[in-house]
Amino acid sequence: MTISPPPTLSEEDRLRIGRQLMSALPFSRALGMTIEEMGEGLAVISMPFNKALIGDPETGVIHGGAVSALMDTCGGAAVLAAENGPTGTATLDLRIDYMRPAEPGQRITARAVCYHMTRSVAFVRAEAWDSDPERPVAAATGAFTADRAGR
Amino acid sequence: MRKAPRTSPEPVAQIKERRDAALAALIAQVPMIAFMGIRFDRRGDELTAVLPFADKLIGNPALPALHGGATATFLETAAIIELSFQMIWADVESGALAPAGMSMQGLPTLPKTIDFTVDYLRPGLPRDAYARARVNRSGRRYASVHVEAWQDHRDRLFAQATAHFLMPPQNAAE
Repeated sequence: MTISPPPTLSEEDRLRIGRQLMSALPFSRALGMTIEEMGEGLAVISMPFNKALIGDPETGVIHGGAVSALMDTCGGAAVLAAENGPTGTATLDLRIDYMRPAEPGQRITARAVCYHMTRSVAFVRAEAWDSDPERPVAAATGAFTADRAGR
Repeated sequence: MRKAPRTSPEPVAQIKERRDAALAALIAQVPMIAFMGIRFDRRGDELTAVLPFADKLIGNPALPALHGGATATFLETAAIIELSFQMIWADVESGALAPAGMSMQGLPTLPKTIDFTVDYLRPGLPRDAYARARVNRSGRRYASVHVEAWQDHRDRLFAQATAHFLMPPQNAAE
């Protein structure tokens, strides 16, 4: 996704980037994702429980892919919200550890932090939880491209 | 001269029907597979997952390209179904798992994903995508599966993934 943030981002800029990103991503919209918070190299995005996204019929637990989509979207948003961030980004790789099943019926929230940025690569860590941020359901690490104008 | 087998081999149509029914039952129980529109092609025990392109799968409208999360969901689904199909294969072949019993009760519990690492090699184009999973190790408790996904060209992968799974407890009575 390519957008053009000014070199220094205000709180409002970051929220605008987040909302713009969300409205531009059909798959994230299809999963009902909403921006909760944006900060410097930080994004918090949530996703409602939806029976259509169940991956384990026995337990009613959401498919890992939906959690992956949430982590991925959140990671990309964190990269775009970084200081001196790129104008566009794409996921290079993403590893997700599923620590425990998400409670069926609960909204899932992810928080991603872009902890390091080079000219061409952004490094991201993320966590997702259902009711208690202290008890994450999944953790992720990923590398994202940093697409800058002129190269 | 070889001796004729004591029982005549099972008609091929009957075997195919049972294999396809088992696969269909496995897939039908997972709502996310229907949400994504994923299908499975089967040749013998070889499965190919097919993700027909749909607008809702887009993650980058500028290119446009598939959403990384859609690709990850596709790969994880291919891995879980491959692993589960291998788990029930022997019972399907022996007839222990018959089409009549292929409701949710007759099927095994699905393996649980422990971790999943996806590698995005190139943008997923707005085309159908295909994936095949290879079970590199399947133990009593853990399994390791590698998945490859491509679009128009089989040798130009657009994504690959490695995943570890926790296997469901085996029925000791078997």
